[in-house]
Amino acid sequence: MNTPSNQFLHSTSTLTFKDRWDHFTARLGWQRTTHHRVNPGLYAIGNPNPESPVFVTANYTLSFDAVRSTLKDMDAYILVLNTKGINVWCAAGKGSFGTYELARRIEQTELAKVVSHRVLILPQLGAAGISAHEVKKQTGFVVKYGPVRAEDIPEYMNTSKATTEMRQVRFALRDRLVLIPVELVNLFLPLIAASIVFYFLGGWIAVGAAAATVWGVPILFFLLFPRIPTKDFSTKGFLVGLFLALPTAMVTFLLHDSNVWFGLLKAFPFLLAIPAVGGFISLNFTGSSPVASRTGVKKEIFRYIPVMAWLAGISLVMFLASAILAWIGVSHV
Amino acid sequence: MFNSYTTSTLLYDSELCINCGRCWEVCPHGVFVPDGKVAQLVNSQACIECGACALNCPVKAIVVESGVGCAAAMIQAALRGQKMESGTCGCSEDSPSTACNCG
Repeated sequence: MNTPSNQFLHSTSTLTFKDRWDHFTARLGWQRTTHHRVNPGLYAIGNPNPESPVFVTANYTLSFDAVRSTLKDMDAYILVLNTKGINVWCAAGKGSFGTYELARRIEQTELAKVVSHRVLILPQLGAAGISAHEVKKQTGFVVKYGPVRAEDIPEYMNTSKATTEMRQVRFALRDRLVLIPVELVNLFLPLIAASIVFYFLGGWIAVGAAAATVWGVPILFFLLFPRIPTKDFSTKGFLVGLFLALPTAMVTFLLHDSNVWFGLLKAFPFLLAIPAVGGFISLNFTGSSPVASRTGVKKEIFRYIPVMAWLAGISLVMFLASAILAWIGVSHV
Repeated sequence: MFNSYTTSTLLYDSELCINCGRCWEVCPHGVFVPDGKVAQLVNSQACIECGACALNCPVKAIVVESGVGCAAAMIQAALRGQKMESGTCGCSEDSPSTACNCG
């Protein structure tokens, strides 16, 4: 088969310092979906021939690089779909890593002329957007679902089989820790805003409480995820928030310069508001986990958001009451 | 209580199954397993409704209301007056929303 080399793009299985820097900034959420894109199309890795395997992936640098870096000493093609810089699983959920885009990209790259076989190896998590039998019908290509993680590609290619272990998503410590930086960055602006408000409400103790909550929640939540003794994300976050609230409440109580009841009135709102905020922040982590179903998340929203609102409201009333009492001098009676 | 993830919208009709193996191949949570004749639904509690099995079942033996379990997306949709199930979180648009965890 005569295929001019300018028909496809070229890449390598070696990651450079520039690639690593790109991954680092991606993990921090820096220009997340705008600057971590690969041009869609057909890439040659090594010196592929018409019998070489074709891997399909998303045009997010972390996805593309994960695949190509496992293809050391292998000659292969990578077909990159346009998922607008989103990873395979998220893009599959939205349909941009989908049957239509795959069929279109096969046609546009004239893949049927480049390779003599009719087999595509897709990441297993792409299956949420791809209908294998539909791809076969539309393009003639047979879809094989490879392992969930690109790191298992070499073994999959050696054995032509993905083990049960390779077919399961994991949410192990390593998988969870990489999620923390981007959440800290996402929460930075809310943190600044909260700090300003809290400074005027309760001085530096309150600012410390705000910072501990907003940044402490993602750190403890992802670190301790399987160990927090509830199943729901909101209640896990509530417990994390309660833990984070204890020192602030204690310090506030111990530093009060008035009667015991007033000290309690000043300290108690932290024990309501911080768990509520922790619960809300954690509920928003459902989307970055591989374990939350939409039915469950919807239940969580209806179950816990009203509770969070009540807790926040009650704590605000108590907070204002303590401020007013202090202002009119009742606290020193 | 404190477990909102005990039920899913997954429905499976084993009488339609032709044992092609796609469902247990694509499921990332081991919800389906092979047993030689037809696929067995063994762990529906673990289903996250990603929809991969239903989409890849050539005989439509599996039905699931698939969607992404992302509270940020659902809350944003609700605040914009859209259906919570619409899945229009804007993550894959050219100017994505800032609260997005995709990437």
